[in-house]
Amino acid sequence: MDSKKPMMTGARILWECLEREGVKTVFGYPGGAILPAYDALQHSSIRHILVRHEQGATHMADGFARATGGVGVAVATSGPGATNMVTGIATAMMDSSPIVCITGQVGSKLLGSDAFQETDITGVTLPITKHNYLVTRADEIAHAVREAMYVAKSGRPGPVLIDITKDAQQSSCEFDWEGAAPRMRGYRPDLSPAKEEYKKALELIRAAKRPVILAGHGISISGAEHEVQAFAEKTCIPVAMTLLGLGHLPASHVLNLGMMGMHGEAWVNKTIQEADLLLAFGMRFDDRVTGTLKTYAVNAKKIHVDIDPAEINKNVKVDVALVGDLRNILLELLPRVESANHTEWIEHIHSLKGETAVRDIQNLPDNGHLYAAHVINDLWHETREHETIIVTDVGQHQMWEAQYYKHEQPRSLITSGGLGTMGFALPAGVGAKVARPDADVWVVVGDGGFQMTMAELATIVQENLKVNIAIINNGYLGMVRQWQEFFYERNYEATPLLNPDFAKLAEAYGIRSIVVKHRSEVVPAVRAARAHEGPVLIDFKVEQEDTVYPMVAAGSALHDMIRRPNPLVETAEDE
Amino acid sequence: MLHTIVVYVENKPGVLSRVVTLFRRRAFNIDSLTVGRTEKPEVSRMTIVTDADEDQARRIVANVYKLVNVLLVDDVTHQPALLRDLALVKVSATGEKRSQILELATVFKARVLDIALDSITLELTGGEEKVDRLLELLNPFGLLEVVRTGIVAMRRGAKSPDVTTKAKRIGPVDDSAVSYSV
Repeated sequence: MDSKKPMMTGARILWECLEREGVKTVFGYPGGAILPAYDALQHSSIRHILVRHEQGATHMADGFARATGGVGVAVATSGPGATNMVTGIATAMMDSSPIVCITGQVGSKLLGSDAFQETDITGVTLPITKHNYLVTRADEIAHAVREAMYVAKSGRPGPVLIDITKDAQQSSCEFDWEGAAPRMRGYRPDLSPAKEEYKKALELIRAAKRPVILAGHGISISGAEHEVQAFAEKTCIPVAMTLLGLGHLPASHVLNLGMMGMHGEAWVNKTIQEADLLLAFGMRFDDRVTGTLKTYAVNAKKIHVDIDPAEINKNVKVDVALVGDLRNILLELLPRVESANHTEWIEHIHSLKGETAVRDIQNLPDNGHLYAAHVINDLWHETREHETIIVTDVGQHQMWEAQYYKHEQPRSLITSGGLGTMGFALPAGVGAKVARPDADVWVVVGDGGFQMTMAELATIVQENLKVNIAIINNGYLGMVRQWQEFFYERNYEATPLLNPDFAKLAEAYGIRSIVVKHRSEVVPAVRAARAHEGPVLIDFKVEQEDTVYPMVAAGSALHDMIRRPNPLVETAEDE
Repeated sequence: MLHTIVVYVENKPGVLSRVVTLFRRRAFNIDSLTVGRTEKPEVSRMTIVTDADEDQARRIVANVYKLVNVLLVDDVTHQPALLRDLALVKVSATGEKRSQILELATVFKARVLDIALDSITLELTGGEEKVDRLLELLNPFGLLEVVRTGIVAMRRGAKSPDVTTKAKRIGPVDDSAVSYSV
């Protein structure tokens, strides 16, 4: 035995390891089974942010991770504390976000006895974590923490949970940092494609007349923003973005087409449908971007670049798969692709674009109604010059934000894409602000989703965080209402919301509030919010029955879109 | 068609549950699953028989590989491999039926494990079809109880997968690189 290794409690080892892994902040909520760890927090330099609900802690860790690319850490107690994390863990899993969740567990002797606040959380989270650990001994903690941090951020990132029994936190052992280094024989985050696959890809690229790049979240995960841009520019291939891909190529870039999919621009979807080659970069052909697979890009060859081999041929059968890190693969391809100019193809795309512009709601003159699209557009104008992170929730406002906020920077949009988790925005915004205190953080959230996690207003105030909140308040669960309008004969069952006075609510928390009812008030409100030192909540009372256009109905072909009526009329009274 | 997939996993608690959860979660089907120790104490070995087409089988292999405790996945369906199922069969055996059953046992090289006044218990090892066939022939005598282990599989020849070092490659063990030609 090496007598130089210090004896420490499991609880102290936990914080010591997190600190050495570079963790500076954790988001958490204490309780019985995690109390030994909380008691040991006094010896650590780690900042603990007290949340109001454990779901909030996981979304904050998620927002933190997405804002920086680092690992976000959330802490909770056993039983209900742990189960409250489930939604946040599933959210992180679907969007490949690296978070580590640490939960207390009942004493190891009580495991399986239905003890007070016991839940089999490793069992519960098995299908929604990248990996998880049940730790029953102090001398396993260091190894679990180091391995969890490594697993969470390497390869295709994802959530990892460490469940630590109370006695493992309390008992002492030698702390051996070096000896706890990850040794994982079965884990392969570093795949790379075979030479022949590159050759096949290059041939397809050379032969293509109507190619399109599909740019996804994998670009920022891989740090391949520059390489994607260089590749697109050298080959002159236009780029369509997924929701989570927005910002990975500047919106103003001449080759950036904008968002594809269910609420993507019509010309983008048409472009994809007419393409003869799709280059999928770090995206997974989610049903929200393909429409029905039967008619999806039927004339296109497909090259799929993804780090996860299980994504290959999952939804769309591809011709060439390059499995590995996107940036490395593009660095390999870049010198080998030929310069091209697809003039005819790009001109054709522009003609599709022109046809759409006349339907744009931005061309609607101020008619006294406040439209969400106008709010987003004005917010974009007022914040574009500054380092801004927009954090959106799920629903209509999320789609309007994606359509009308022109993201120039990667990691400037944080949103729950895969799981579509309402209630995500406010806590994720807290995490983003903690991660990047110099950035302006705007939480753009619907009146429905806001009320799912609005308890975190207290966290914002207690932690003195400058987070701006823009509630797009239409008095409905807007996206559900829209589906009822289109597909359920306007039977608005359970979608109208009786809301509290959000301005008063904010004031109760000591948060400044502004109510906006007319378009002329939008810019002054945004400016006032930016100028105010503390957090500000703006209640934008928008048109109640506005609709997100265009739309691909679920199960329809990607080019078969429900379009905004033309000539443009007020949608509420229109039909 | 039925695919036979051999999975080498770290011998740790909960690994079986991870594999099974993955099959359930991805809606892959399990025809049979066996798990047991190997020549290396730190490695367990599963043989999973699953009904899947070639594409699905590839996806299954890729997904199982993603489990952190999985060391190696080998789809032996199209490889020269030994596949063995073991069955214990308790069959009703009174009077002259007994000698007929024993005759069948001899032909099938089944071992007699137990003889009672009114029953015989046989042990049969072999390919799935052989076991099916014997059961079919014994059925008219009255099957009292049948238990089968499910398939265990091993490649033929001396070459065996190396799970002692970190395997970086996806696909059959002797593949030289990642290839997803379709």
